[in-house]
Amino acid sequence: MTGSWWPVAAIVAVVLATAAIGTFGVRSRTTSDFLVASRSVTPLLNASAIGGEYLSAASFLGIAGLVLTYGVDMLWFPVGYTVGYLVLLVLVAAPLRRSGAYTLPDFAEMRFGSPRLRLLSSVLVVLIGWLYLLPQLQGAGITLRALTGAPQWVGAVVVAVVVSVTVAAGGMRSITLVQAFQYWLKLAAIALPAMLLVGAWYRDGAPVFADGGWGTPLSGYGGREYPLYSTYSIVLATFLGTMGLPHVLVRFYTNPDGRAARRTTLAVLGLLSVFYLFPPVFGALGRVYTPELAGTSAADTVVLLLPGRVFGGWVGQALSSLVAAGAFAAFLSTASGLSVSVAGVLTQDVLRRESRFGSVATRFRLSTVVAVAVPLVLALVAGRTDLAQTVTLAFAVAASTFCPLLVLGIWWPRLTAQGAIASLVVGGGSALVAVVAVLAFGPFDELGGALLDQPAAWTVPIAFVTAIVVSLSTRERDPRAVAAALTRLHSPEELEPRH
Amino acid sequence: MTTPTPPPDRTARREVITHPRTAAARSNAQRRGVRRDVTEQTELGVTLMRSLRRAQLRLALVVGIVITVVVGGIPLLFLAFPGIRDARVSGLSLGWVVLGVLVFPLICLTGWLYVRAADRGEAEFVDLVERS
Repeated sequence: MTGSWWPVAAIVAVVLATAAIGTFGVRSRTTSDFLVASRSVTPLLNASAIGGEYLSAASFLGIAGLVLTYGVDMLWFPVGYTVGYLVLLVLVAAPLRRSGAYTLPDFAEMRFGSPRLRLLSSVLVVLIGWLYLLPQLQGAGITLRALTGAPQWVGAVVVAVVVSVTVAAGGMRSITLVQAFQYWLKLAAIALPAMLLVGAWYRDGAPVFADGGWGTPLSGYGGREYPLYSTYSIVLATFLGTMGLPHVLVRFYTNPDGRAARRTTLAVLGLLSVFYLFPPVFGALGRVYTPELAGTSAADTVVLLLPGRVFGGWVGQALSSLVAAGAFAAFLSTASGLSVSVAGVLTQDVLRRESRFGSVATRFRLSTVVAVAVPLVLALVAGRTDLAQTVTLAFAVAASTFCPLLVLGIWWPRLTAQGAIASLVVGGGSALVAVVAVLAFGPFDELGGALLDQPAAWTVPIAFVTAIVVSLSTRERDPRAVAAALTRLHSPEELEPRH
Repeated sequence: MTTPTPPPDRTARREVITHPRTAAARSNAQRRGVRRDVTEQTELGVTLMRSLRRAQLRLALVVGIVITVVVGGIPLLFLAFPGIRDARVSGLSLGWVVLGVLVFPLICLTGWLYVRAADRGEAEFVDLVERS
């Protein structure tokens, strides 16, 4: 509780700016407008929007909190979030754009022609979306409480309402502009305070925190057991999970062609690399200036509290307001992107034929409310978990389901619908068991705790093996359709006139 | 395939000067040629596409393996050589310098090289199909 209303004013300004830019897109009317901005977004704008959408509560607050508590091993989170995009660029970016699909279930249908697989993909998109929305809403609650002392539900409700209204009003076109704006806001909000903090630290004579293993890789600092297993599980989940996140995939359809999709992804790599230089600075300087936060439920607030602690007076107030604004930009942009994706899938696969609920636009709005309401309820009842940790569970589920589906589906003609279904059920099922166990009954300790906290290292291999074994023992019903699908995925646009 | 693959050095693209009418006639002729094999998936077209897909997959695997070994090998390096793990660069432990800063330019450079190579592979394939 700082007793100041400056940060609140900054948050209100971000919310209003989001709503204002979002309103430019109110004229969205067709399905295409709502879901993929009518595919007319330029690479730099699109890259900024992807960056804005991707840098969530976990990146803005969570990384610093984890670094503060557990030390240098936590840098694998930002590294993994970035390499995940590189893997996506190399394995799926251009073919995915060329698939011509709007959503992951669309891709599944285009490649496999199986309604059951499509339905299963839809269910997984919705589950992963909700799992990823949960920490965004929790982060908002933590932020408002740290800055104003308001109860934790207030922040979650504010973000849920703003996101529902913006998304339902404009769909994807308005979201693209909003998110591009929010990337640059987030970068400014983390980079400027970080640089000033480093300057202040030098001025103080560069005091060093007595280490004790905090700065040493694989030391298990902060009571982490099995640091090598955890590190590799984080690596696997983030490297392979990024491509399976619903809000990341939907962005590829807004590129004009496959080559533009590659350009955009490359630009995203640059934007992410710049951003991720800064959050660990807060974790490290927090060790010096706010050591009492380490290991507590308030560790995730170190980014918010550190500027006020180091700088007094109006400078501290202004910087606190800036990071508060950046944090809210992070919650709003990621939550908006996820809501668009989840609502898009609900509109297409659950309410497709339900014309009694009104036009497509009306059904999309209805779906948006459902997409946001479920994680809001979860955020209100769920206990505390580290933001970056919860997000990594979503990555683990994505890596154990959509990664095999996409990678094998794009590059391996022998992957059959049965193989894909079996892989989604087995990989997704085992990852979800771990997620439910951690969220409902965790935290655990010993080896079981490590395996459940970071399940990717065992669930991803299981998913791949299942897909391959089942595909090899089943027969593709329509090899010509598979050849046609693969031609479409891989042929450069010059060769084929498209819709 | 009877057409020889174009030489790998494509810095100087060959300019062909043709009368517009010739070009128009030729482009119509090409539409009935190999290009249609690809879009209509005759046996030849499917074979051609498979060759492109395999070339792009090889490229993707090379990049994937490099990243897995270089970035994914960092924890093992720290584990195997405590000297590296405890090393310090002007007060910061080496882990901080590598994971906090150095790894990012490496990621961007890899991505840039990949995009260049992938675009070039596709351009060569398009040339091959259009010219035969």
